[in-house]
Amino acid sequence: MLTIENLHAQVENKQILNGIDLDVKAGEVHAIMGPNGSGKSTLSSVIAGHQDYEVNHGTMLLEGEDLVDLSPEERAHKGIFLSFQYPVEIPGVSVTNFIKTAINASRKAKGLEDMPANVMLKKIREKSSLLEIDSRFLSRSLNEGFSGGEKKRNEIFQMAMMEPKLSILDETDSGLDIDALKIVANGVNRLRSKDNATIVITHYQRLLEYIVPDFVHVLLDGKIVKSGTKDLAVELEEKGYDWIKEMA
Amino acid sequence: MAYTEEELKKELETKEYEYGFYTDIDSETFPVGLNEEVVLRISQKKKEPEWMTQWRLKAYQAWKEMDEPDWANVQYSKPDYQAISYYSAPKKKDQYKSLDEVDPELLKTFDKLGISIDEQKKLTGVAVDIVMDSVSVATTFKDTLAKKGIIFCSISEAIQEHPDLVKKYIGTVVPIQDNYFSALNSAVFSDGSFCYIPKGVRCPMELSTYFRINQAGTGQFERTLVIADQSSYVSYLEGCTAPSRDENQLHAAVVELVALDDAEIKYSTVQNWFPGDKNGKGGVYNFVTKRGICHKNSKISWTQVETGSAVTWKYPSCILKGDNSIGEFYSIALTNNYQQADTGTKMIHLGKNTKSTIISKGISAGKSQNSYRGLVQVLPRATNARNFSQCDSLLMGNQCGAHTFPYIEAKNKTAQIEHEATTSKIGEDQIFYCNQRGIDPEKAIALVVNGFSKEVLNKLPMEFAVEAQKLLEISLEGSVG
Repeated sequence: MLTIENLHAQVENKQILNGIDLDVKAGEVHAIMGPNGSGKSTLSSVIAGHQDYEVNHGTMLLEGEDLVDLSPEERAHKGIFLSFQYPVEIPGVSVTNFIKTAINASRKAKGLEDMPANVMLKKIREKSSLLEIDSRFLSRSLNEGFSGGEKKRNEIFQMAMMEPKLSILDETDSGLDIDALKIVANGVNRLRSKDNATIVITHYQRLLEYIVPDFVHVLLDGKIVKSGTKDLAVELEEKGYDWIKEMA
Repeated sequence: MAYTEEELKKELETKEYEYGFYTDIDSETFPVGLNEEVVLRISQKKKEPEWMTQWRLKAYQAWKEMDEPDWANVQYSKPDYQAISYYSAPKKKDQYKSLDEVDPELLKTFDKLGISIDEQKKLTGVAVDIVMDSVSVATTFKDTLAKKGIIFCSISEAIQEHPDLVKKYIGTVVPIQDNYFSALNSAVFSDGSFCYIPKGVRCPMELSTYFRINQAGTGQFERTLVIADQSSYVSYLEGCTAPSRDENQLHAAVVELVALDDAEIKYSTVQNWFPGDKNGKGGVYNFVTKRGICHKNSKISWTQVETGSAVTWKYPSCILKGDNSIGEFYSIALTNNYQQADTGTKMIHLGKNTKSTIISKGISAGKSQNSYRGLVQVLPRATNARNFSQCDSLLMGNQCGAHTFPYIEAKNKTAQIEHEATTSKIGEDQIFYCNQRGIDPEKAIALVVNGFSKEVLNKLPMEFAVEAQKLLEISLEGSVG
């Protein structure tokens, strides 16, 4: 689904990614781990198309189509979803209104009519119950005054609504207590299918106990230095990142 | 059966609007310049009674002695008042044979606003070719109102037909010598609207759609007088979301509202005068004086959405004279490119237990300057007066300015006055977040702006809230880099 080859990227003339290779197939979950500053969040921003990051070498294909020259919204229309580490607040715009706008924007890009209100409503009900979201929550302003857990749950709710092909969860576990973590992980697991893929970016192994990855990659200084199965995550948790650094 | 706005709208879609309330006057334009002679001739042209002529002359004398104000936070080259023609016959009705001859840009905007083809023709002055019925909408409309004793006509007509009402109230809320522009308006006002709601009557429809059709013929010095008699109610909507390309640079309107005991007036404005081009050339100067007086237990609400004009100078105000009266001001002022707006309100608390609410939302983009200027004044007799003010500014980019000038004067110890202010910026992170969800940058900005303006948009009549929302979106087009 997503094929990244020898990807180099910089921000404000600072080289962050130094040749990433990553092949994510439909139905797979990949975890990307690494210490602070290793380039994890940069990778997610680059895949999503943030304008501050410049790709200066390499390729990035989604189902064979080059992503590099596409705008962030075009990438979203093609099925890329990023669950933000720090979701932004939009005062006065309700969760419902936001998701409605987002879904219809993608539909419009595909030449489809707006989703009928009753279909939208049904879907909202279904997906919000999946994530144990109270209906009152849906009429609140997007992320305004939300707790850390609510913000993350809202991200996964949006993911459930948008039904992306490729989801990137950027530090979704940060700021979550164990109960919220379970709800979020349960939601993600139930959305997994043979047709979509997930990249989980995380610092700690904890999340991976709930969202079990098929592959684990360790990122260091903008390069994937080690790949393995979920056992690698356990090993990392025991030995720390210094162990990898010594190896590299 | 009450005649609803919905029905009127349906009619408008199929019927020709035959004649508005603008009196037909000879096609003639006065030479430029302003003097006593010109004022006299305007009055004569309009066949006004002697008292009106004298009133205009008095206004002219007052204006001559006054200076143009320069305290507002705006910069413009002052108009040459002797280079303006103060009387011009209404434009010929049908300027074009078909919509094909009209500026395509303008038509694109109409489409975005969802204005029907017939209305588009009307607004651009194209002959409407569909005639379904010989009864004009105006007549139907007037009949419905007349049954309730509501008078709604042009101010010129009111001066002829209802001189007692006009004489009793004109200039009582905004005195002739109130300010430079009100004096000028009083001397030379071209036309405008008059509305009287009798005791205990609730006006059955928003006085809006009708007004919009008429907008195309609106003059440069408009005069509006709305009187709501005891226990009556009226919701009045002025203006137009469609862009008004007017060749007159200076607009100096005066609006007076009188809410007698237990009456309520809702006055909503959507203003979209030509703001000038991207480089700040051209555009309308909108120097408006709007004020209402509230008698006992009455209420006046001003709601405005201001997106047009090169320079705006406008402070819809309430004089809370009667005990327990309520004044409200809800405003969205959006400036883009080189636009300048200095707008706000005055809430003058004279009576006991008077309440006022001010919600102001300023949106600045491009290189524009947007100022809120407001006065909350509590006079000694106004025991238990309360005010709540909230002024929020939203900035886009780093070349625009937002300013807040709140003035508070409390002369009664029991007064409770609250003022809240916030300034925020549309962040790149907000835009990126929206982009990532498939929403393009322009739509993303519209979403953020609409969220920011929601409290005020909610105060507009439903149908116009939707249009105003689209208008905000259109006004910000091209402001994303």
